Amino acid sequence: MSTLAETPLAKSKREVIEQAVIRFAGDSGDGMQITGSQFTNTVALYGNDIATFPDYPAEIRAPAGTLPGVSGYQLHFSSSEVYTPGDAVDVLIAMNPAALKMNLADLKANGILIVNSDAFKEGDLRKAQMTSNPLEDHSLDKYRLFSVEAQRLTRAALQHLGIDAKAMDRCKNFFALGMCYWLYNRSMDPTFRWIDEKFSKKPLVAEANKLALKAGYSYCEATEAFQVSYEIPPAKLEKGFYRSLSGNQALALGFVTAAQKSGLTLFLGSYPITPASDILHELSQYKNFGVMTFQAEDEIAAMTSTIGASYAGALALTTTSGPGMALKTEAMGLAVMTELPMVIVDVQRGGPSTGLPTKTEQADLLQALFGRNSEAPIPVLAASTPADCFWVAVEACRIALKYMVPVIVLTDGYLANGSGPWRIPEIEDIPAIPVSFATDPATYEPYKRDPQTLARPWAVPGTPGLEHRIGGLEKKDGSGNINYEPLNHENMVRIRAAKVAGIAQDIPDAVPEGDAEGDLLIIGWGSTCGSITAAVKPQRAKGRRIGHVHLRHLNPLPKNLGEVMKRYKKVLVPELNMGQLLWVLRAKYLVDAIGLNKIQGRPFKQNELEVKIEELLGV
Amino acid sequence: MTTAALPQLTKKDFQTDQEVRWCPGCGDYAILSAVQSVFPELGIPREKFVVVSGIGCSSRFPYYMNTYGFHSIHGRAPAVATGIKAVRPDLDVWVATGDGDALAIGGNHTIHMLRRNVGIKVLLFNNRIYGLTKGQYSPTSEYHKVTKSTPYGSPDRPFNPISLAIGSEATFVARSVDVFQAHLKDTLKHAAVHRGSAFIEILQNCNIFNNGAWEGITEKDARSEHVIQLEHGKPLVFGKNRDKGIRRLADGDIEVVPLGDKYTEKDLIVHDAHHPRASYAFLLSHMEHRPGFPTPIGVLRAWDDLPRYEDVMNDQLKEVTAKKGRGDLAKLFRAGDTWEVK
Repeated sequence: MSTLAETPLAKSKREVIEQAVIRFAGDSGDGMQITGSQFTNTVALYGNDIATFPDYPAEIRAPAGTLPGVSGYQLHFSSSEVYTPGDAVDVLIAMNPAALKMNLADLKANGILIVNSDAFKEGDLRKAQMTSNPLEDHSLDKYRLFSVEAQRLTRAALQHLGIDAKAMDRCKNFFALGMCYWLYNRSMDPTFRWIDEKFSKKPLVAEANKLALKAGYSYCEATEAFQVSYEIPPAKLEKGFYRSLSGNQALALGFVTAAQKSGLTLFLGSYPITPASDILHELSQYKNFGVMTFQAEDEIAAMTSTIGASYAGALALTTTSGPGMALKTEAMGLAVMTELPMVIVDVQRGGPSTGLPTKTEQADLLQALFGRNSEAPIPVLAASTPADCFWVAVEACRIALKYMVPVIVLTDGYLANGSGPWRIPEIEDIPAIPVSFATDPATYEPYKRDPQTLARPWAVPGTPGLEHRIGGLEKKDGSGNINYEPLNHENMVRIRAAKVAGIAQDIPDAVPEGDAEGDLLIIGWGSTCGSITAAVKPQRAKGRRIGHVHLRHLNPLPKNLGEVMKRYKKVLVPELNMGQLLWVLRAKYLVDAIGLNKIQGRPFKQNELEVKIEELLGV
Repeated sequence: MTTAALPQLTKKDFQTDQEVRWCPGCGDYAILSAVQSVFPELGIPREKFVVVSGIGCSSRFPYYMNTYGFHSIHGRAPAVATGIKAVRPDLDVWVATGDGDALAIGGNHTIHMLRRNVGIKVLLFNNRIYGLTKGQYSPTSEYHKVTKSTPYGSPDRPFNPISLAIGSEATFVARSVDVFQAHLKDTLKHAAVHRGSAFIEILQNCNIFNNGAWEGITEKDARSEHVIQLEHGKPLVFGKNRDKGIRRLADGDIEVVPLGDKYTEKDLIVHDAHHPRASYAFLLSHMEHRPGFPTPIGVLRAWDDLPRYEDVMNDQLKEVTAKKGRGDLAKLFRAGDTWEVK
């Protein structure tokens, strides 16, 4: 039972703090992802910098109240720049015992713990495999526990609406959200607007959710439960307009942008797969931008329809995750052989096989680099933050179209579902992507190359006089006729490799953040960017000489990377895999780089990186 | 030229300079010749033709057609072609495939292309054997077929490609035979004017690995006794002396009857290829498996009232654009909640 209302409390005061990490945890049916994303949206609108980490089970609905069914959403928001969702949590909202059990370890000592005490009955405890009630056995004494009858209070606030108990209970997440808004002095208006829009056709549901939100807020105000509330001023980010985007949303926007900038129709051939499906969902809404989405019968058709669309002159794209890219492998070889422009997005997840569908990992790098039969080089790019997904999408299209090659974009579950602020660019600041189609029968040859880029011409069906045949068989350079001659084959293999390698001349050099030379260079790629940045900052502040290169281009690598590595005594390569980039760097540069590897389906914690940095520096 | 009249194309215009590399005597030559004869007659500019194939003997086809051509990978031609058609509905896309390519490794793409009614013409060269890999049985090989990979006979029951296509809701389904040149050309022309998916099974001989694959049909005497040529609006009559016909039974089934005193052509089924439902065509497609029944050739089904997939896709883009207005990227960037940092 909550005794808070009965305890005489001092008048609550407001404290200005720099940052906070908050985690909403509950059953996967409790609406924790919505609660978390609403809180995120509200603090982002207020101007805080943000990083989020949604963490949910692969099962749509594991048995209610059980440990595997726990869904969580963590948000780090701050008045200065944030790079990660945070190692440890300042505020934990646990809607049931299972959520408490699964998340408590991450709550800081003396952290705020808000629990829905109505969900701590004997049966609930049993489902979470608890033998005693933590709300009563003093096991939570080192935290600031706020035991709130969220269910009863929500029902009390909604009882006049005449809806059933189940419908009322579905609103208790908004009660918890209302409490958090009070705790951090945030307006409820953005969420009111969202509720009105979301439930525009169900006014009673909208009303119920809004009342629950208000009830949670008022509860804090009336009971002065927390004694103190917090103020986190807006962050001083680069000037401009911002919007909060998930990585998948940012990719979708990036591809639409590239289509507009190249003047081409965007075609997406895709087969639903976690955690990539949201890109398909997003792009299927953009029909008035001429975006064509094809939900194929399988991953292979997704890839081969993409090849067909590219052949017919579209900016073609396919999106998938590791298991799907494995199925696309043979067709990706065809894309290499036919030298057609397209983008393959792999939103990586834990593997192998079905693995951990909703968890993050970076273990498809070698698959992306080498996972095809024979010599089939493909340029590979990786995004480092949710907002960076936008720019990587644009860059991948640029390379594909300029060099007439398939390009792989790697993101991961953490980037795909996590969100961050995206500084909205001016359209005219994004360079045009020039495209030229072959039209002249007098000079056309299917494999006659641009001497600079080695790109072959793009001749789309329907162009008079350019009728030609392409396919998976080896062909004669120039004419494109089938050719099995030994020296021609070697020549073609080398040309395809040289074309991809040559892109190194067209991408920026690696420029380390931090010290330009020194004791330690950290080389990362993909979603580890935030954790590495966050770890390097305090280490450098202690006078340690560290540089950080975060690779966007993984094939080809920046042409000066070998030289950059020589400027440091040691090279550390942290990755969420067994050391795949490490393997590439060691093989290519004969450098004695050291790996830091984590394969837990979760991002690095800042602290894990700092410990390794200190170990390598011997401090 | 003062008018936009199409240049008169000839068979020669559709031949390439590539040396044809099929075995001498292969049925594919006859199919190639028929297609090269029919294309110039269709009134379509040459650059609008795209021939897509997968892997197998038949899939060499695009190299010998002087059109746009794409020799893709095993089984995937329907998906490649779907991508082409989605983006460019104005192109005339033909798929050349075989019994292994379309029905084994590419079975999934074949059925999904057909049920979507993508406006693609599929030429399935059925020789009931794997030729390019030198003689293993295929999904259309007879039960108990002795081949290199089945020395004791194949354990699988074969697909009937026509039944499969009809079961997949194909809107045009026809069958012809490599050596029946006139009939083959006629069937191709029917397919050419169909807007939705057109599926044509072409019975074809592999004189190296499965010689006489369709002997029971192509032999001079057999032809009239064992084959029934379907023509829309005509009764189902067959036999050397046109003395047999097919009649509907009260329970909906069919039977073969002799024509004479008891039955005349009036008692027979009049072929209706344009029927909206596929059940009748399916019944016909299966009769060759029954004793005493002939193998049907010609157009079993040609119902063209279903919209094409590529048109539905493109119309959706137009409808949404008409409703929402042409997409404005700057607005899209600022969709939802935004905030300003000053």
